[in-house]
Amino acid sequence: MVERNPALNVLAHLVMIIGVLIVAFPIYLAFVASTHTAPEIMQAPMPLWPGHNFWASYEAALRGSGRISATPPVARMMWVSLVVTMIITVGKISISLLSAFAVVYFRFPLRNLCFWLIFITLMLPVEVRIGPTYQVVADLGMINTYAGMSVPLIASATATFLFRQFFLTVPDELVEAARIDGAGPMRFFKDILVPLSATSIAALFVIQFIYGWNQYLWPLIAATSEDMYPVVVGIKQMIGAGESPVDWNVVMATAVLAMLPPAVVVVLMQKWFVKGLVDTEK
Amino acid sequence: MASISLRNVVKRYGHGPKANQVIHGVNAEIADGEFIVIVGPSGCGKSTLLRMVAGLEEISGGEIAIGARVVNQLEPAERDIAMVFQNYALYPHMSVFDNMAYGLKIAKVPVAEIKQRVDKAAGILELGHLLQRKPRELSGGQRQRVAMGRAIVRQPQVFLFDEPLSNLDAKLRSQTRLEIQKLHRELGITSLFVTHDQVEAMTLAQRMIVMNAGVMEQFGTPEEMYHRPASTFVASFIGSPSMNLLKHAPGTREGVITGIRPEHLDVRSEGWAVTVETTELLGAERLIYGRLGQGAGQEQLIVRIEEGAQVPAPGSVIHVAPREDRIHHFDATTGKRL
Repeated sequence: MVERNPALNVLAHLVMIIGVLIVAFPIYLAFVASTHTAPEIMQAPMPLWPGHNFWASYEAALRGSGRISATPPVARMMWVSLVVTMIITVGKISISLLSAFAVVYFRFPLRNLCFWLIFITLMLPVEVRIGPTYQVVADLGMINTYAGMSVPLIASATATFLFRQFFLTVPDELVEAARIDGAGPMRFFKDILVPLSATSIAALFVIQFIYGWNQYLWPLIAATSEDMYPVVVGIKQMIGAGESPVDWNVVMATAVLAMLPPAVVVVLMQKWFVKGLVDTEK
Repeated sequence: MASISLRNVVKRYGHGPKANQVIHGVNAEIADGEFIVIVGPSGCGKSTLLRMVAGLEEISGGEIAIGARVVNQLEPAERDIAMVFQNYALYPHMSVFDNMAYGLKIAKVPVAEIKQRVDKAAGILELGHLLQRKPRELSGGQRQRVAMGRAIVRQPQVFLFDEPLSNLDAKLRSQTRLEIQKLHRELGITSLFVTHDQVEAMTLAQRMIVMNAGVMEQFGTPEEMYHRPASTFVASFIGSPSMNLLKHAPGTREGVITGIRPEHLDVRSEGWAVTVETTELLGAERLIYGRLGQGAGQEQLIVRIEEGAQVPAPGSVIHVAPREDRIHHFDATTGKRL
């Protein structure tokens, strides 16, 4: 807005406040629900202010001792989620860094073909190739393992592409200076390229952490035993099916817990994240 | 320290009949400790030649030797050279100290010696108080000195400079030029310096190579370049304002180009008749732009006069006489000196 008009200001704020309310209200509701007992939630209308059952709900969720139906412990689910997410995130970043390094700095036969093959995999998300992927993972006996849940999600064209674009902006003289200084390719990669990519790496870490944490479909079929459920799948399993009653307070407590780690990652890495996306420092 | 030999050096891009040859057989013997400037217009292959010495470009033909060693097949790091780049190429995430120490660290020089060498170089270049800064916190001139420091700490056989002054402002450039000269006197390391600026070349060089379109036009001292240019290209490239090259100078036969520098023409009461077009004051001297001859044979002539001398009005006719011993003759077809 070029003009400073009080009426427009009020309108702009109004729109933003409504937007925030629309986004925030369900989260608030989940939190409120998690502080009541299950019967309280089932009343109509549902209470809109926090209740007194906070500790009990969260303890029940973490330990997996719901009163109505026994639920698996959320602490374990969070751990599984964290491990799988970290493997996916770190794996994606390392592999993408290396493949972008190869594509940009080495002249080998069919280099462009390799790049475009990587790029084309963008069109093949997990959902499309889920059948064959499951077959491979199952044949390798990796169902219900951390590796089975994370490795198929590691290959990442997006990250490779992003690093490639960044590497292309690194001046050639830097490579030449390093050659004259006697740095071999891996030394150059480790001492110069990776430190220079720090902000891009941070931005990707945030994006991929959230991506990994929110995976639902793949873990749903790759994890069949209850103690290998990540928390996102766990919530679904808690709700159950059919007539059986649901510990809504425990489910909501789990949902709130599941939201926390991505939120923490975003808040902590916000500064780096923005820097990595706009990236002026070079 | 070492001599450098370029033996029939050729650079070609691509293969077979479609290959694009950019350097056509350069021969030069550079003595140990010499300061050589390679100068030429952009695209003449001077940087390519330097990068071939550095090992950053493959050598398509001929040989380059540093000292007694032919280095054609050696990696840049094994050639015992150091290079200063035009945009300095400092590692942005490392401090000044680390930038200078990086090559030594890779060469596994003991930590104490690295520190001692870096401190010494920093002392020479007055960088002592900046060692912990990052390159982005430095001014252009300081970055340039760090780039030189990085070259010095390696204690190489040969220094290679790729237009290191072109990113500096005019004042800093002449200052740095003096510093480079001083450095060369103190260290006595064989240096190759590439530039497109003939003033830089004339002031820095002990001997210089003038390149044009991938061919070495002349290799000699700045004095030789000025007094006995080997071709019309060198004649017009070296010296400012550049030499008058006349196809139809009075008293010469067809097919000969007569060269005379503006400073070697004297205004007299008789001689060549020149119609004055315009004049330019440069400070201590003034340039007269005029036309010599009649009709189709008219040619531009620049005459230099002292600042205090009488200024001819545009349109008037003056007479100038060339100093006989300062006249150069070139073949009109080959451009070579006769």
